Amino acid sequence: MTLRAHVVVRRGALLVDVDLTVPPGQVLAVLGPNGAGKSTVLRVLAGLLPPGGGRVVIGDDLWDSPERHVPAHERSLGVVFQDHLLFPHLSTTDNVAFGLRTRGVRRAEARRTAGEWLRRVGLEGFGDRRPTQLSGGQAQRAALARALVGEPRLLLLDEPLSALDARTRLTVRAELRRHLAEFAGCTVLVSHDPVDAMALADRVVVVEDGRVVQEGTPAEVARAPRTDYVARLVGLSLLSGTATGTTVELDGGGRVATGEVAAGPVFVAVRPETVSLYLSRPHGSPRNVWALVLAGATPHGPTVRCDLEGEVSLTADVTATAFAELGLLPGAQVWASVKASEVAVHPR
Amino acid sequence: MGVAFLVLPLLGLLVRAPWSDLGPQLAQPQVGQALRLSLVSATLATVVSLVLGVPIAWVLARSTTRGRSVLRALVTVPLVLPPVVGGVALFLVLGRQGIVGRWLYETFDYTIPFTTTAVVVAETFVAMPFLVISVEGALRAADARFEDAAATLGADRWTTFRRVTLPLVAPGVAAGAVLCWARALGEFGATITFAGNFPGTTQTMPLAVYLALQSNPEGAIVLSLVLLFVSLATLLLLRDRWLGRSGVPS
Repeated sequence: MTLRAHVVVRRGALLVDVDLTVPPGQVLAVLGPNGAGKSTVLRVLAGLLPPGGGRVVIGDDLWDSPERHVPAHERSLGVVFQDHLLFPHLSTTDNVAFGLRTRGVRRAEARRTAGEWLRRVGLEGFGDRRPTQLSGGQAQRAALARALVGEPRLLLLDEPLSALDARTRLTVRAELRRHLAEFAGCTVLVSHDPVDAMALADRVVVVEDGRVVQEGTPAEVARAPRTDYVARLVGLSLLSGTATGTTVELDGGGRVATGEVAAGPVFVAVRPETVSLYLSRPHGSPRNVWALVLAGATPHGPTVRCDLEGEVSLTADVTATAFAELGLLPGAQVWASVKASEVAVHPR
Repeated sequence: MGVAFLVLPLLGLLVRAPWSDLGPQLAQPQVGQALRLSLVSATLATVVSLVLGVPIAWVLARSTTRGRSVLRALVTVPLVLPPVVGGVALFLVLGRQGIVGRWLYETFDYTIPFTTTAVVVAETFVAMPFLVISVEGALRAADARFEDAAATLGADRWTTFRRVTLPLVAPGVAAGAVLCWARALGEFGATITFAGNFPGTTQTMPLAVYLALQSNPEGAIVLSLVLLFVSLATLLLLRDRWLGRSGVPS
C-alpha cells in the first residue's frame, strides 16, 4: 500500500515537479519555504487539484495519471488542514462523524464511532461543543480525529501545528507523534518548521522552487544540508568554496580554516552555537575571525539567534545574557570567531 | 434632508389615516381577500425563487466558466427592467398566443394569464434577482475551503452543497428570501399587466390600493397602512438577524 507520487503541476510562474514515495506506516515530511509548492503537492495528493502531469498511485490504485483523475471524495483520505476547517455549523461529534456519514454509515453508529475517536484524542465530553468553543489544541485534536475516523489509506497534514501557540504546540506535537506511530497508512506532512518535520517524520523531503533539493532521514538532512535554505532551517550556516588541505577558499571571498583535510569543491558548515561574538578582535587560538555586521537578532528559546553579514554570512546563537552584555543593536560591528575544529566540511 | 424625504411621506400617511373609521374599513371583505392573496402569492413566489434561484447563485459564485458573466447579466435584467415591461414580456411568452403559452393551452387546455398562478409568476420574475444576488454574495463570502474539507471526507458535490455550503450561507439565504418576499409583496406593474386585476384571484394589495385611490381615497389609505405595517413587522422581526450577523449582504 505504498504511496508513489510523481506530481507535476504549474502554479503561476512556478513549475512544481516532485517525486515522493511513502511506505505504509511511515511519515514523510515535505519541508520548504513558503511558496515552494508544498501545499500544491498536498492538494494534488488530496485530489483537490488535478495535476498537469505525473502519476499518483497508492497500493494498486491509480489516483492520478494523464488519463485518469480520481476526485477527492472517491479517495481514501484524511486531511488535517492548516486552520483545521472544522464545520462551524456542526457539533464536534458531528464533525468527526461526517466522513462516516458520507460513506453510508448510519447516524447512530457514526456518532458512536466518532465518540470513540474523540476519547482517543483526549476530547471526551467535548462532543457537544461547537468548533468555536474549542481551544486551538482541542480543535487540532478534533481535526485529527475527523481525518482518521474513516481509517484512510493516506493521511495528509498541512502545517498541522502552525495555528497553535508555542506551549500548546509542544504537547500537541507529542500527541500527534503517538497517533502517527499508531496509524497504519501512509502519512505526508507539509511544514515550513524544521522542528515539526524532524520530530514527526521518518523521512524528509526538502522542496525549493518546486523541486526536491534534498531527501533523507531527518538526521541525514540535519548533518549534511545541501542548500543554504536547508542549512538555515536546521540552524547551520553553509558556505561554498574550494578546499586545499585544511583551508577552504570561499566562493564569495575570504577563507575558512577547517579541522578536517579536504580537496576540491566543498560546503563548509558552521553550527550557530560554535560561533563566538566579541566587541574587539579576539586573541588566542581560534583561527577563523571575521569582522561582520549584525543584520538581525531573534530570541530563540534561551538563546538569541544573530544573523551576521559581511565577508561571510553566518548565523550565531549566543545566550540571552551574553547578548545583553554585548549590547548589540542591528547594524553594529562585531567580531565573530569559530574554532577550526568546529567547522565541518562536506564535499559538493 | 434625505431622511426627511424618506420619512415624511410615511408620516403623511399616518396623519391622514382615518383612525376613527379604521375598524369598519378593515372589516371590508375585499381587504382581507386582497391581503390574503398578497401574502400567499408573495410566499409562493419566494419559495419558487429559492428553488430556482439558489442553484443559479451557486453557479454564479462557484463556477469558473466563461458563460458566467452572461448568466449574471441575464439574471439582473429583471432588476433594471421596468416591471410593466416585464409583465408585457411574460404575457408575450406565456399568454395564450405566446410561444410557451400556446403550447400549454393546446396540450393541457391551460392558460396562465389572469390567474393566481400568473400573480406568482410575475412576482417571481421581478423578485428572484434580489434573492440570487443576496445568496451569491453570501456564497462568495463563505470560505470555499470548507467545501474542500467536505470533499476529502468523501462528500460528493450534492452532499457538500446540502450538508456544508447551504448551512454556512443560511443567514444570507434568509436575508435574500426576505428581500425577495418584500419585493414580491409590493409588486404592481408586472402583476397588473400579466395577471390583471380580478378581486379574489389576482387583485393583490398594491393593486387594491391603486384602485381604491380612484374611488375611495380613505380606503386606499387604510390598505396602504396595512401594507406598511406588514412590511415594518417583517423588518422588525428580522432586524436582529440582519444586524446581529455580519457578512450578510443587505
